[in-house]
Amino acid sequence: MGRVQDKVCLITGGTAGIGYASAELMCREGGKVVITDIRPTQGEAAAQTLRDQGYDAVFIEQDVTSESRWREVLAEVVSCHGRLDVLVNNAGVGAGTDLEASDLAHWRFVHSVNLEAVFMGTQNAIKQMKANGGGSIVNISSIEGIIGDPRSAAYNASKGGVRLFTKSAALYCAEKKYNIRVNSVHPGFTKTPMADSVGDLFGPEDIQRIQREIVIGYMAEPIDQAYGILYLASDESRYVTGTELIIDGGYTCH
Amino acid sequence: MGRVANKVALITGGTAGIGYASAELMCREGAKVVITDLRPKEGEASAQKLRDQGYDVMFVEQDVTDETLWPKVIAAVVKQYGRLDILVNNAGVGEETNLEESDLAHWRFVNAVNMEAVFMGTKNAIKQMKLNGGGSIINISSIEGLVGDQKFAAYNASKGGVRLFTKSAALYCAEKKYNIRVNSLHPGFTQTPMVDNAVNIFSAADAERINREIAVGYMAEPIDQAYGILFLASDESRYMTGSELVIDGGFTAH
Repeated sequence: MGRVQDKVCLITGGTAGIGYASAELMCREGGKVVITDIRPTQGEAAAQTLRDQGYDAVFIEQDVTSESRWREVLAEVVSCHGRLDVLVNNAGVGAGTDLEASDLAHWRFVHSVNLEAVFMGTQNAIKQMKANGGGSIVNISSIEGIIGDPRSAAYNASKGGVRLFTKSAALYCAEKKYNIRVNSVHPGFTKTPMADSVGDLFGPEDIQRIQREIVIGYMAEPIDQAYGILYLASDESRYVTGTELIIDGGYTCH
Repeated sequence: MGRVANKVALITGGTAGIGYASAELMCREGAKVVITDLRPKEGEASAQKLRDQGYDVMFVEQDVTDETLWPKVIAAVVKQYGRLDILVNNAGVGEETNLEESDLAHWRFVNAVNMEAVFMGTKNAIKQMKLNGGGSIINISSIEGLVGDQKFAAYNASKGGVRLFTKSAALYCAEKKYNIRVNSLHPGFTQTPMVDNAVNIFSAADAERINREIAVGYMAEPIDQAYGILFLASDESRYMTGSELVIDGGFTAH
């Protein structure tokens, strides 16, 4: 009996990094997993890797910034599995921002993926989850939703937005007695394709500054974030809503 | 294979409430558990109840405010099981404070149990854990370590102290590369003997005010807190240190 046995779990950006690690862990714990991604070839390959291990996993192509696509994705999940128990709003972009040189188009792009998609995902998931008696929504914010970074203005704003949007949605669902919990996860620097790309945006002195802040001295593995997501997805955390799970090796505690 | 298989866990105030629920859950997940309590009869009975289920459990009588007892308790754990992997600083008192009428003796009593004992437990556990290659310390703070309550000045101060002491200890251990993680847990109102006692002294107006704050509309069970403690105790949370896990049904999200 797995920790999310027979739960139907939708994970955006589930092709790699934290999303894929969560998908694999939830599969291992008995979940039926749907991963979505903007990249169909990689997404199909990731789902196939899971199915090759005997897991119940499907891939759906999704641009999370498309409002109409969200309704279609939810409908596909329900037509496939009959319900939705867990949504992990994981898709995100890790763009650096030059505060003086950047334009509104850059700002809007970062916000559309990191924040607007979380709003749309949460909204659509609530509509389905209330129909099937409840659920758990896990929004992936960041330590950058808690503390600032001089090179990440738009990212900071979008992830800070996810943090407080999560609390608002949690209170909304509690007030409506939907039995839907909404929480945020705040990963520190984690060895993912996104973190790798950050190396191109930051200079050597930035990297040095960041390493000083990671008090335990090394980056997280995706699985370290996945275990926190699993806890929030499972009924073990049934009394947890509107809260923040920070998995950062001590980055934000000083 | 349990989630804390063969780990040695010490839980103060392990006789009832959150402490007992954590002890039972860690047993179920494969740990060897030592519970301590001020009350020897209740403590022995609790340990026996766990042994009757086939678990490996020992009770040690302990006044957590006694500085000389702490090294002896740790020594007793090591004598029995050879090591210490997990400490849950759970013992606490839920005393009300009248800010204008209360005296320093009251203040010191609350802070001795809720805060000084956490300092002494952490300190003594670190000395043992660094010898056996690492460990996880979980300090039970409260939502009252995050938000104020006009009737709980001393309790607020003690639990707020635990919250920041935890971060300091986490940083200390990280700096020393001891592989010891230190995190705090912040339970909301939970159906325990301590809360029952506190609820009895609440006026109708206080009870109404508190009920309004609990977004999900009901109190937690001890097991809801125990699952959070288990997550922090296990290697699943190996990248978490200096962090706060809030399990409060949305109390502090607004």
